[in-house]
Amino acid sequence: MAMAQKNLDTTGREANQGFMGFLRTLEIDVRLLGMVVALLAVWIIFHILTDQKFLTPRNLWNLAVQTSVVGIMATGMVFIIVMRHIDLSVGSMLGFSAMLMAIMQNRVFPIEAPWSWILTLLIGLAAGAVIGAFQGYWIAYQGIPAFIVTLAGLLIFRGGAWLLTTGQTIAPLNNTFKLMGGGLEGSIGAFWSWIVGMIAIAAIIFAAVRARVKRNQLGFPVKPLWAEALVTGLSILFVLVFVMVMNAYTRPRTDPPIAQGIPIPVLILIGVTLVMAGVARLTKFGRYIYAMGGNPEAAKLGGIDTKRMTLYVFMLMGVLSALAGAVASARLNSGVNSTGTLSELYVIAAAVIGGTSLAGGYGTVAGAILGAIFMQSLQSGMVLLNLNSSLIQVIIGFILIIAVWIDVIYRRRTGLGEG
Amino acid sequence: MTKLIEMKNISKFFGGIQALTNVSIDLEPGEVVGLLGHNGAGKSTLIKILSGAYTADGGDILVEGKKVNIRSPRDAKAHGIETIYQQLALAENLAAPANIFLGRELMTPFGTVDDDRMEAEARKVLDRLDLKIKSLRDDVRNLSGGQRQAIAIGRAIYFNARILIMDEPTAALGPQETHKVGELVKGLKREGIGIFLISHDIHDVFDLCDRITVLHNGKLVGTAKTEDVTKDEVLSMIILGQQPTTMKA
Repeated sequence: MAMAQKNLDTTGREANQGFMGFLRTLEIDVRLLGMVVALLAVWIIFHILTDQKFLTPRNLWNLAVQTSVVGIMATGMVFIIVMRHIDLSVGSMLGFSAMLMAIMQNRVFPIEAPWSWILTLLIGLAAGAVIGAFQGYWIAYQGIPAFIVTLAGLLIFRGGAWLLTTGQTIAPLNNTFKLMGGGLEGSIGAFWSWIVGMIAIAAIIFAAVRARVKRNQLGFPVKPLWAEALVTGLSILFVLVFVMVMNAYTRPRTDPPIAQGIPIPVLILIGVTLVMAGVARLTKFGRYIYAMGGNPEAAKLGGIDTKRMTLYVFMLMGVLSALAGAVASARLNSGVNSTGTLSELYVIAAAVIGGTSLAGGYGTVAGAILGAIFMQSLQSGMVLLNLNSSLIQVIIGFILIIAVWIDVIYRRRTGLGEG
Repeated sequence: MTKLIEMKNISKFFGGIQALTNVSIDLEPGEVVGLLGHNGAGKSTLIKILSGAYTADGGDILVEGKKVNIRSPRDAKAHGIETIYQQLALAENLAAPANIFLGRELMTPFGTVDDDRMEAEARKVLDRLDLKIKSLRDDVRNLSGGQRQAIAIGRAIYFNARILIMDEPTAALGPQETHKVGELVKGLKREGIGIFLISHDIHDVFDLCDRITVLHNGKLVGTAKTEDVTKDEVLSMIILGQQPTTMKA
């Protein structure tokens, strides 16, 4: 009896090991894979519930655009939370810089001057950097908890956004600036979408080959060729499907139909994601952020200027919030002082659903993007179902708890520590 | 022969409390000096000053006879002073190579961190310490106390430390691993590295140290050659804070 029991146990575990072993061979992050599966499940459920309205080019195109504002900020929030801090002011920084940029292009510069959009954007990003540095200074050099400083920032910059124009809405915006929001003309069309797709595919192949050659040279184990081919093939397939879906959405009321292609805000999000993921994995700056999250004392003893690092990370968060502000106001074609209200909560939720540990040290940019897409999918799926917006909030609140609960269980089982 | 390190008349205050009062110690190449004292005697403060974690409020530090200014861990490392801390100072969420090179990453020509090369170098230095770790890509969190200790030592010797500070290197280890660390210390000594060893374990100290320095309440009680004193004499120095009458100053 005991024997049989034991055998059962071993086989059960072996089966598990078999599948996990398969994933390990592929060197795929199991957590991220789980998120992708959950996301696909949610999409399919909504597709069924909405009479096939969810998985359409039009809805996915809109979903991508809607994800970009929260997604851009979520990449920065990963760094902040990994470093054991929090930033509650991102929504207000977004609102303030959006308002400032609206004033610049509508009131200060001639509205249709060709240089106006870029100068406006640079001023906005600089303002974000200054605001972020201001908050970072109090946190890093004066030792005030980030929770307090950014809670104050939430009030200061939301109020500041109102004071800039005493609450007046500013419209319209510069036509080139407006393209950053997506909108009817804010995408790059079929041809350029394919160019972007081809570049991405070339980069995926190049990176895979180069990594393999280098590991071979150093005599490290490499994954089997079939595993390499499978992972690379899936990545390429993803790019192809993405471009095809974006191209399948055609501009309304055009004949012959004009393909929209990848929206500009989504391109911005992709660019930000690549840069931030690169910073996290390939630079000293990124390495130090994770080291500080894992053991601040060790980082300090390693000779890392942890105060300056903290300042820089909050500055970066300010810049990303301003960039998100540009996208958000461009979408509205106006500067409104309430833009981005409550988005700090969506941004933090995206990072946390994406596996960023509030205890610090763990979290990935890719995870946060998946988290942002997940949140936005729930939101727009329930809107398609005509649910009342208060009910949507209630449901998203519960889902946040459940998502983190699943993560806590997963971490406990895999010995990753507390979430 | 010039001394590797001299710390002269070091004082340190924390608020109104004087943690160190005019403490002087020195170290020669290939020598192991044990630092002993109760908790709060000032051992940790003294070595944190040498390793750059604290700055002294008074006194001088000389490296090979030359006065130096140590204001940060980076300064200390520039003078070849490496520290292995009691709490090991490892970031548990990073892999062993990332920890060994923390703050001194190897870079590719493109200015990105070269994880592959760091892994290869880490493998070499850990082989030198005869340490077997299956995967250097796992987080340090998943390693044993002895393995972590070896990583901390590996970090110090990779960068050609001339002066090594070891704070309770065997506190968290079992007997076998303690023995291993003892062998390591003897090996480093033969390479001409000077070592400050901080320990509670008086047996360890007598086994490994050439000289013993005792601190009490932030003051120097005395320094003696290990062969000139008995364990009882050293214990009484630690407890009473006085030189035993039988011992020559």
